[in-house]
Amino acid sequence: MIAYHRPRSLQDALAIRATQDVAVIAGGTDVYPAHAGRRAWGDPTHKDVLDITAIPGLDRIEEGVGGWRIGCLVTWSALRHASLPPLFDGLKAAAREVGGTQVQNRGTIVGNLCTASPAGDGIPNLLALDAVVDVASARGRRVLPLGAFLSGYRATALAPDEIVTALLVSRQPRARGGFVKLGARRYLVISIAMAAGVVATDDADRITEARVAVGACSAVARRLPDLEDALRGAALREAAEVPEAAHLDALSPIDDVRASAAYRRDAALTLLRDLLRGLSA
Amino acid sequence: MIAFTLNGARVEVEAPPFAPLSDTLRERLGLTGTKVGCEAGDCGACTVLLDGAQACACLVPTAQVEGAAVTTIEAEDPLLNRLRTAFLAHGAAQCGICTPGMIMAAADLLRRDPTPTRETVQDAIGGVLCRCTGYRKIIDAILDAAPALTAMPPAGEAVGAGVARLDGWPKVAGTERFGADGAPEDALWLRVVRSPHARARFTLGDLAAARCRLGLRRILSAADIPGENAFGIMPNLKDQPALADGEVRFRGEAVLLLVGTRASVEAVRDADLPIAWEPLPALHGIAAALAPDAPQLHAHAPGNVLVRGFLETGDVAAGHAGAATTAEGSFRTPFVEHAYIEPEAGHAEGHPDRIEVVACTQAPYMDREETARVVGAPEEFVVIRPSACGGGFGGKLDVSIQPLLAVAVRLAAQRVRITYSRTESMASTTKRHPAELRARMSADADGRFTAFELDGDFNTGAYASWGPTVANRVPVHASGPYRVPHVRNRTRAVYTNDTPAGAFRGFGVPQAAIATETLVDDLAERLGLDRWEIRRRNAIGHGDVTPSGQVLHASAGLPQCLDALKPDWEVMLGRVAAHNARATRHRLGAGIACMWYGCGNTSMSNPSRMRVVLGRDGTLTLFNGAVDIGQGSTTVIAQICADALGLPLAAFRFVLGDTSLTFDAGKTSASRQTFVSGRAAYEAGLDLRRRILALANAGEDATLALAGTRLTVTDAAGASRTIELAALPGDLEGDGRYDPPTTALDANGQGTPYATYGFAAQIALVRVDTHLGTVKAEEIVAAQDVGRAVNPTLVIGQIHGGIAQGLGLALMEEFIPGRTENLHDYLIPTAGDVPPIRVHLIEDPEPEGPFGAKGVGEPALVPTAPAILSAIRHATGVRITRVPVLPHRLWEALHVR
Repeated sequence: MIAYHRPRSLQDALAIRATQDVAVIAGGTDVYPAHAGRRAWGDPTHKDVLDITAIPGLDRIEEGVGGWRIGCLVTWSALRHASLPPLFDGLKAAAREVGGTQVQNRGTIVGNLCTASPAGDGIPNLLALDAVVDVASARGRRVLPLGAFLSGYRATALAPDEIVTALLVSRQPRARGGFVKLGARRYLVISIAMAAGVVATDDADRITEARVAVGACSAVARRLPDLEDALRGAALREAAEVPEAAHLDALSPIDDVRASAAYRRDAALTLLRDLLRGLSA
Repeated sequence: MIAFTLNGARVEVEAPPFAPLSDTLRERLGLTGTKVGCEAGDCGACTVLLDGAQACACLVPTAQVEGAAVTTIEAEDPLLNRLRTAFLAHGAAQCGICTPGMIMAAADLLRRDPTPTRETVQDAIGGVLCRCTGYRKIIDAILDAAPALTAMPPAGEAVGAGVARLDGWPKVAGTERFGADGAPEDALWLRVVRSPHARARFTLGDLAAARCRLGLRRILSAADIPGENAFGIMPNLKDQPALADGEVRFRGEAVLLLVGTRASVEAVRDADLPIAWEPLPALHGIAAALAPDAPQLHAHAPGNVLVRGFLETGDVAAGHAGAATTAEGSFRTPFVEHAYIEPEAGHAEGHPDRIEVVACTQAPYMDREETARVVGAPEEFVVIRPSACGGGFGGKLDVSIQPLLAVAVRLAAQRVRITYSRTESMASTTKRHPAELRARMSADADGRFTAFELDGDFNTGAYASWGPTVANRVPVHASGPYRVPHVRNRTRAVYTNDTPAGAFRGFGVPQAAIATETLVDDLAERLGLDRWEIRRRNAIGHGDVTPSGQVLHASAGLPQCLDALKPDWEVMLGRVAAHNARATRHRLGAGIACMWYGCGNTSMSNPSRMRVVLGRDGTLTLFNGAVDIGQGSTTVIAQICADALGLPLAAFRFVLGDTSLTFDAGKTSASRQTFVSGRAAYEAGLDLRRRILALANAGEDATLALAGTRLTVTDAAGASRTIELAALPGDLEGDGRYDPPTTALDANGQGTPYATYGFAAQIALVRVDTHLGTVKAEEIVAAQDVGRAVNPTLVIGQIHGGIAQGLGLALMEEFIPGRTENLHDYLIPTAGDVPPIRVHLIEDPEPEGPFGAKGVGEPALVPTAPAILSAIRHATGVRITRVPVLPHRLWEALHVR
């Protein structure tokens, strides 16, 4: 029998997390498919479950002086309908592309991050937003930059006693975000590749700051610092001409059922150009 | 105890908190309208409203609905009623398995936005998969704010009326009983333990000890099978065991059957069972199986060749030699999964004199024969009661759960039930045969075809299933619906250690059409002919002779189909030219393809028998053994019978597909039910009419009217006589039988393999992103000769659905055993992938068919993929030889030297 905990306070949740080996569940959109996949081939077992959805206050997007706090129960749909500046346009675009509406209504942005799939649509956006992960445990609180949180293929730096409580995004004046996703069908599709970016511009529409990331082309979605450097100082309307193949050297795409590695590398370049064209529109 | 509001009423339920809401609704609250198709959020069949927002109930822990409001398809609600009516009126529900999810997703949208656009509707239902309809009619239904049903036709006017399907209301109300619905509460559960290896030997340890340790009622193995541990489609080839006996030949093969309470069977880890595996090198793909040193997988198949097909007419070498130009090519197609949204499910009950098996199926009588053999009982001992079938497309022609249910009832428990998981369904049931085709085609300087030859190998997987049918049907059809004087086609079905391939809408013809139509485009290109023109010039028609030597005396409407498409083709070409003149990256392309398809079994008797009874109590009952898997045979066959008899369609009641109550109507396959069973129903209706007229001593032109138990017969002169049915000594019965006239094929494939053929042509407009290699279908126009559209709404529904599956075949579908065993790695088209479709119905009547009708189900699929490939080539210059055209494959063709 699978034990099921649904505490009503973060403190209680952290106490359970500190003492028991539990799988954390929020929207359930990753937990159940993984369970079904294992069960189909003869492994019906499942860890005990810690359901964090009854904890109040975690489903809010809060705007403070320095930026935004996206609670760990904020769903894709909630984010999409929230009043947020153009900085979040990429993440909002991802919110329309993850799964179908049913998944968007239940799945959380933090859950997408914690699953840490290379094809997670939220992750390149969070990298581009330079989001920080707010982590709690009975031992206390720590914040990790996203790059440190994501430790590998489907792996994170989250300790067994920790829970991600929120994502923190700092205010970024004159910045806007974008996202482009490539899949083999219109809805309900795992990305073949995707690109997300945030650019800030000056009065002359020159790029003052750029963060660009590509997903599904490496074990962990990656920012492209060389490209970001090249974009800094470029005119936004010409930004689509900046990306070159060499900017993608940090990627390590693979062959799988969805696409070949060579294609992914080339498609990523096209997506980056499309992304930047979209950001200049 | 979890408390929440369900369809407006407060409920409390005792359920495991981690159990998905879908399970709690179905198994604990009895609301089976919410369907389960994947348990992974991939199909949306279980969509419900959770606090007013659509959610997949399979992804929601029951604990999370504490205090929430859940709305399911069973809710009473004016908006839901509007949607229910609209779905019926537009033919938006075919099999009905996705319908509850679709309606709930639509309700979610319409509550937020009463005046949606086509795009917002697509977004709203994008998370619900439908395999039958092609989505366009669903979108139409959701946009229809004031739907109205077509009035039931008066006597004599049923044929040709686009009435809503007669079995539709339960599908839209959520009360339809599919295989997983309606099992007895005390039934024990079955779970199949399957091989994780594609080829292995195994030995079983102490199963009795394992049974005790695991708290199961029984663990059944091959040793327990009471009858013959073998099933198969071909009368002389029962090569597949119900439970593997010491050796497995594909990943997913059934090894053990666990019987017990639900909790006990679901808790078993396969690793805890005493199975010792000895994996063996597996033969994956045709080349491996045909290699000289390949191990022989079946004693009866030297070289792993199950069967060969052959057709030869004329002198193919001379035909090529005398031609102006010859095109040739090699083509590859993959396994394709049926992806019906309903995984196999059913239940069974034992009685002293019989075993009753309720299961989703396309072929109850064949199920009975196979099941009886496996349980070692006379056929009459097994009763098959088809549940509603949540999609079949050929995949539910073979038995799956039926023998297992019956064996468990025989040996272990009085009542048992089973439901396959999505992955289990995909891993263990049949697929479309992968094909490797080499073909040559020649034409003279005027573009008239002179010769065609094809060598085709089909991967039939580990067991024969319908492999022989594919190998025999393809040679007849491979040269396409064209006049070709010299033809030679050779096929082989090859055993491998892959998933068994069986029947799938078209039986190999869709694969062959990809090769043939590409060669037709090659010839057009070389001769400087328009692609429509070369097809029109060669289109087979009335009086022409097929490669099997059959003269098409009637109902051969391909020329009319092409003529109907000509204006659309010109417009499409113009649009492409205008767009491409100024576009570089996003290119448009127009494509065209034709097809023909023989209705019914190839050169084999495939009779159907129907019975219609006018009771002394005034009831009019059609006993119809044809299984309606969503295509609409229940409705169409009734329309035919009604007009043959002369009483109104609305007067009919039905007894459907029960092997103890209805005659054998044959299987629902090969596009045969409208044609064959429709004709049998026509004969049954006529038979009853003759009896009535004889009783009334009335002439053939008399009209009938039924009011209660009073049947009034009025002759042409207006004289009428009333028969009091209650006063008759017995019920009045009409009996009708039909077996299409065919002949055996000789050693050269010559003969009359089919009584009639369907014909069609389609044109497709696609948009290709040449940088990314992505293809978006923008429009498809179909013209199909259906003989007579008995129910235009349902006929168009079949064409839409076939097109959607053809689009999937062309662009995204590829089953890889062990790798794409779920609906997120195996992609089928979503609501956003199927373009607008226009249909020209061509009615070139078939004299053998009821009121001129012939089959429509499979033909629509055949031309779609080649038309899309033709369009991609038009857009990009890339000649496609392998499907699906995944983005990376097209990109490689465009950019990699």
